[in-house]
Amino acid sequence: MAVIADQHQVDLREPKGWRRSSNRIATILMVTSFVVVLIPLGFVLFTVIAKGASVISWKFLTGGPIPPNVLPADVGGMGPAVLGTIEITGIATVMAVPLGILGAVYLNEYGGKNPLATLIGFMSDVMTGVPSIVMGLFIFSIWVLHFGFSGFAGALALACLMLPIVIRSTYEMLRLVPNSLREGSYALGATKARVTVTVVLPAAIGGIVSGALLAVARAAGETAPLLFTILTVTAANPNVFSGANTSLPSQIFVNASSPYDGAQARGWGAALTLIAICFILMIVARLVTARFARYQH
Amino acid sequence: MTTVTQAGPAAQAGPAHPLEHRRPLGDRTFAIVALACGLLVLAILILIAVSTSQQASSWFSTEGLKIFTNNWNPAANDYGALAFIYGTAVTAIIALILAVPVSVGIALLLTEVVPYRWSRPIVYVIDLLAVVPSVVWGLWGILVFAPWIQHIYAHIASVVNGVPVFGFFFGTPTSGASFFTAGIILAFMITPIVTSLSREVIATVPAIDKEGAYALGATRLEMIRGAVWPHSQGGVVGAVLLGLGRAMGETIAAALVIGSSATITSRLFAPGYNMPAVIANQFGEAYGVFRAALMGLGVLLFAFTIIVNVIARGIVERSARRKRGG
Repeated sequence: MAVIADQHQVDLREPKGWRRSSNRIATILMVTSFVVVLIPLGFVLFTVIAKGASVISWKFLTGGPIPPNVLPADVGGMGPAVLGTIEITGIATVMAVPLGILGAVYLNEYGGKNPLATLIGFMSDVMTGVPSIVMGLFIFSIWVLHFGFSGFAGALALACLMLPIVIRSTYEMLRLVPNSLREGSYALGATKARVTVTVVLPAAIGGIVSGALLAVARAAGETAPLLFTILTVTAANPNVFSGANTSLPSQIFVNASSPYDGAQARGWGAALTLIAICFILMIVARLVTARFARYQH
Repeated sequence: MTTVTQAGPAAQAGPAHPLEHRRPLGDRTFAIVALACGLLVLAILILIAVSTSQQASSWFSTEGLKIFTNNWNPAANDYGALAFIYGTAVTAIIALILAVPVSVGIALLLTEVVPYRWSRPIVYVIDLLAVVPSVVWGLWGILVFAPWIQHIYAHIASVVNGVPVFGFFFGTPTSGASFFTAGIILAFMITPIVTSLSREVIATVPAIDKEGAYALGATRLEMIRGAVWPHSQGGVVGAVLLGLGRAMGETIAAALVIGSSATITSRLFAPGYNMPAVIANQFGEAYGVFRAALMGLGVLLFAFTIIVNVIARGIVERSARRKRGG
């Protein structure tokens, strides 16, 4: 033992000095970076719940029209905005999800590695980065200038935002479907369309639904594409195809810049409603994924 | 050709070449519909470029290169947009400086430090952060965060005023709604995407490299520097660029907290403006050249984000391909 102690010792298992402390510091910094993110998230959620919960009631969620900003919080409700959000997001979903799924089917089942499919896949990823306000301007120029403001115009803008997200998530799921399923089905004499519709898509349905729900959650919270496509009105407009409409996010945007207490309180209430909708969609998406994962093996 | 057209009747007797069967109509229709949906992506991108530039053409033609001057005064028909471009760059850079270290830190925490059963809840929290709508960040930013941080700004400014570099950036005037507040809020909003992309890239580092580093006696930090970082550098740069694209285009939160003042100043605590925010705030009352100018800002924004995204996706894909060994 004495001989070894005389030599210059390097104990590999327990680094000492600066090596040890720099490693500690790095680990602490990593944990800190997570805490740094946790603080604003907790702060936002706490504020929204604390300020919004007292405003929310059945009358707030369904009543209308939305009162002028000067009136206190207990007058009227956000009914028109809730209705608008459900209608507009719903129509956008009905448009974007089937188109997105078919686009992903093209990319994975038909396109494969050909240059066109590669280009479409690449540009679809790039399209997820197009700012939402640009989608609003786009729909304003091709639709609103010719047909006027309507909930449908807003739905078009949201559908443009959702399309690449649905394509990407569906594509990832289709890639996971084992080729043996397709081959087995071809061996029974099925056509390619039949294989895709009755074998490949059902095998990936959990992941596709979950991806679509996340896209809906993202679209439901978007304000910028709605500003110049639906405007913001105070009365409920059940007809999405004509006339200006309103939605929760656009209403929050208007109320946030208002100096009146009543308007701000209504803004917090609407924010809590919106966050609740988005979180519920996300949790349902997670549950669907978890259920799907159980069937995989 | 004749064998193909006769495939129908021949089928009953058993075709000579069963694999040369003409595909049924339904099958071909489905293929065409799927292709059309794929092409829809390209069509929409081209339509965005064409239709918005058409609407913006009168701005580009009447102002020419003056669009890049610092002179925005719709009342006097002056539409120089430099202040907005400057504001977009400044807020996006602040957001990146704040968000990137944090995001890479969380990505490393998730991949290299915590065990799987702890990483799930952390991912959930990051996902929650991504789901909070932009307008809720804006509402919180302007009603709660800005009034609170205003005092901190005022304090910092009073300390650093006159100090060479710090005074230049952090001196008076200060305001709760400012470049810096917008940058902070944008940082919160881009953290989830930068984190999740960096994590994906870092997760592809081969286990054998990491184990090799540990076997040589490296600490975790040395392992990260020696094995993880060289491997994932490119991909992380791509993730950061995607975050930059997000930060440039994020509209509503910035519109509420940036202070809405078209000025070019080095003072980060002063109110400013950026491209998406000015479009959101002024488009409603804009007509003629004014509207064309705002539409043109949209075209510039579209062009910037497309360029950034193409570069970023290219980098991410190339590094992913190299990793697969292709």
